[in-house]
Amino acid sequence: MTTANTADPTQLTLVALRDAITAKQLSAAEATRCYLDRIERHNPSINAFHEVYADRARARADHADAGKLAGPLAGVPIAIKDNLCTDWGRTTCSSRILENFRAPYTATAVRRLEDAGAIVLGKTVMDEFAMGSSTENSAVGPTRNPWNPAYVPGGSSGGSAAAVAANMCPGSIGSDTGGSIRQPAALCGVVGLKPTYGRISRYGLVAFASSLDQIGPFAHNVTDAALLLQAMAGHDPLDSTSANLPVPDYTEQIDQPIDGLRVGIAKQFVSDANHPAMTQAVERASALFRDAGAEIVSIDLPHTKYGIPTYYLVATAEASSNLARYDGVRYGRRAEGVRELVELYSRSRAEGFGDEVKRRIMLGTYALSSGYYDAYYLRALKVRRLIKNDFDAAFKQCDVILGPTTTGPAFRFGEKTDDPLTMYLNDIYTVNANLAGIPGISVPAGLTDAASSSEAQAGGLPIGIQLLAAPFDEGTLLRAARQFEQLAAFSTRKALG
Amino acid sequence: MTTPGDLTARLVVGMEVHVELATRSKMFTAAPNLAHRDHYDAEPNTLCDPVVLGMPGVLPVINRQAVEMSMRVGLALGCDIAGTTKWDRKSYYYPDLPKNYQISQYDQPLCIGGVFEIPISDAPDAATKEIRITRAHLEEDAGKLLHEAPGGQAIDGSIVDLNRAGTPLLEIVTEPDFASPEEAVQFGQALRNLCRHLGVTEGIMQKGHMRFEPNINVVIERGGQTYKTPIVEIKNLNSFKAVDGAIRFEYSRQIEDWLETGRVMGAGAKSTRGWDDLKQVTILQREKEDAHDYRYFPDPDLVPVVVDDQWRARVQSQLSELPLARERRYIHELGLVFKDARAILSEPSVTEFFEQTLAEGAEPKRAAAMLLNYGAKRANERGCLINELGIAPEQVRDIADLATADKIGSSAADDLFGHCCDSDEPAHALAEKHGLIQVSDTGQLEGFVEQVLAAAANAKAVADVRGGKDKAIGALVGQVMKLSHGKANAKVVGQLIQEKLQAG
Repeated sequence: MTTANTADPTQLTLVALRDAITAKQLSAAEATRCYLDRIERHNPSINAFHEVYADRARARADHADAGKLAGPLAGVPIAIKDNLCTDWGRTTCSSRILENFRAPYTATAVRRLEDAGAIVLGKTVMDEFAMGSSTENSAVGPTRNPWNPAYVPGGSSGGSAAAVAANMCPGSIGSDTGGSIRQPAALCGVVGLKPTYGRISRYGLVAFASSLDQIGPFAHNVTDAALLLQAMAGHDPLDSTSANLPVPDYTEQIDQPIDGLRVGIAKQFVSDANHPAMTQAVERASALFRDAGAEIVSIDLPHTKYGIPTYYLVATAEASSNLARYDGVRYGRRAEGVRELVELYSRSRAEGFGDEVKRRIMLGTYALSSGYYDAYYLRALKVRRLIKNDFDAAFKQCDVILGPTTTGPAFRFGEKTDDPLTMYLNDIYTVNANLAGIPGISVPAGLTDAASSSEAQAGGLPIGIQLLAAPFDEGTLLRAARQFEQLAAFSTRKALG
Repeated sequence: MTTPGDLTARLVVGMEVHVELATRSKMFTAAPNLAHRDHYDAEPNTLCDPVVLGMPGVLPVINRQAVEMSMRVGLALGCDIAGTTKWDRKSYYYPDLPKNYQISQYDQPLCIGGVFEIPISDAPDAATKEIRITRAHLEEDAGKLLHEAPGGQAIDGSIVDLNRAGTPLLEIVTEPDFASPEEAVQFGQALRNLCRHLGVTEGIMQKGHMRFEPNINVVIERGGQTYKTPIVEIKNLNSFKAVDGAIRFEYSRQIEDWLETGRVMGAGAKSTRGWDDLKQVTILQREKEDAHDYRYFPDPDLVPVVVDDQWRARVQSQLSELPLARERRYIHELGLVFKDARAILSEPSVTEFFEQTLAEGAEPKRAAAMLLNYGAKRANERGCLINELGIAPEQVRDIADLATADKIGSSAADDLFGHCCDSDEPAHALAEKHGLIQVSDTGQLEGFVEQVLAAAANAKAVADVRGGKDKAIGALVGQVMKLSHGKANAKVVGQLIQEKLQAG
């Protein structure tokens, strides 16, 4: 329906929607109603939202229309991942162990979004405690890829990615520990940004791996993502690891030309194992950058090949400690009929956690154990430092690094669940940014050819390219991504009508 | 302590001390601190917030006041303060530990090395001994698991009070430098006094502000051979009597155990015991074989604390004279008796008040005596500290001066001290107002003296004095004091009586 853009607010970009509301061409109440209707219609088949706060959203929309919500996101509905604490509703991490947990506080990132005028429609489904790459590890059922419900949306922020792809909201928030924003963004055909570690406060984000976790936005385009980043970024006294650095105006510089920009391409990110469409997309992106006046530079990231094992040691070690607090004593699920302490712990945790979470807790506990610490955790920290050094050296030669976000498009449900290692390899191109603490973005780069993927719908499945930048250089990263987005002119065709 | 005849035994003790720091808020969050006097009596589980409860998504933030207090203790103990100090997670499951890990410092403590000079006994001018300090690090305290209701009633199961959870805790570790229970107790008392003078804790033992964990073993020599008994750590002693008792008990028990089993120190031989205050015995809690694997690793939620030279220098410059040095100065330079010096130093705020009176120019011995007699008596009655009575340091000085100049007698000085507690007026004015100034004018006193000497009832005393019994003069002076309503200068009266009787 070509007329949809004017008649149906859910077809608008976030900036367009915000501008229409600001100009009073559209009321926030009307926009919110349309999104809630769309969620009601499509969520039963997609399962992007676990909980919807319809009454609260409508009340805030009325406030916005009454001029009581000021700010750059005034009246804009969004969705947030279910690992972000809010002092309303539940915060479950898609886990049985927190199935009825209600936080008495709101995450700094969410509070800042609301302070900027955003309206939170609901919380989205995820891999339990953000551990997974397909949203199949969810205690509240998997999210389905809006492009084809037989395929996974990626993960762990699969619900947030699918919600945007299905136009159930114009933007959403996820968290990225090893690729959990960028990978589902690529698989769902939307933009996904993982900012620099420390750019956004983690206060109120339920921890998976504290030294890797970072909150970030999903949106239909780069400018929309920049606006959401802008609202959340900045120092927070409640998070010692948040950076006390000024936050530039990201949208102001986003449309500046990129000629002279140095785009690095690492041989480590090129592989015959990648899907041909992925390889073509990166090559095309490289050509587009060159034609726009960028300089293409060969770079070397020799230690990134150790990214996956390094990541799975660091992340599981931290997770084993972070998840120790879920013991059934103070909050969360408590096993019934227990008679003694160890039984309370072991049964509450056995009942409350899914298999993948248990697997990672056991791996992490082992890696930190006396006698193994030096061989596993300490060595992983050393390799992590080498990976960081690789990137530091690379960013002396280039401004951004171009590569694939994933090895290929979305896979089918169950395709990788029997083999955790295959599943872990999904993160091969994304984990290094978390280990180095640098920002990364996934931008839609096209669809796979339907002919090569017999079961895909006509038009195939989305793929994304990834851009990385130096720490706190989100400005350059967004500018490069924005330019690519415009040059690629990838059809903003929607997953659902 | 006695040992069987054919062997010699030497006690070896090291100490770990936990000091709860009296910061306003907890170690890693803004929740109020149970170890701060404003919150001593908080109802269970009222000093909590999401960070204390270890809720999902919350993060710790360093309390810099706790770091600074620890630096103060470290510097007073002669420790090096680390330029960079980091935080580690120590993992174990227990219901009083909300996160199931404790944030502590594993391999980069804030304070490293150091020496603490302690007297080896309570005797005046006792010899001193240097105790080497291994390290001091900061961590958070755990909550409390209760097995009965706060009123003492039986309950089904256990309950948790998290008020104490997150209290800043400074753990001070010594080298095994104590050779007797007395030395260990002297150390404990001196450390408590030091920490109180540094203002980092009120050091109330019953509240667990300081908890001692001695590591004890015995070196036995028999038949030219040396044997070391396995090290035993006694957990959580919160009185000096318990420290003394536990060390004494262990000394005997370890020798007996060695005679019986021959067990000596070696890998896996260390054990942990508790102290039973009622039975006065230690009880085995844990063999080292069952020791936890704490899985220490750096806490990724916290950044290292950097102590630069400027910060260190500022804290160093704020340190005042240490209690032992001050005690010796009071005795040798100010002329205080040992008992008074100790008493003045037993309460930091009184020490501070005493110093203020000295700064105002008061005579030290007299000022100390006044504070410890007139002051202590009233403070006791009113249930407050001497410095809280309301008397100002310059008033103390003025009373001392009046007494030295013989313008007031001792009972008048006591009264004047009392008046000064309730009034800001200068001591002189109050003395005048309340008629406490002695009458030394002989003209004024002569009339009283003549009246007393003339009275028939005093004839015997008069005769006695004339007969050379000097002691009898006291009764006559007393009579004059009575007539003058206590205002007469007793010394002058005595002289007058002597003169009159000798002349007559």
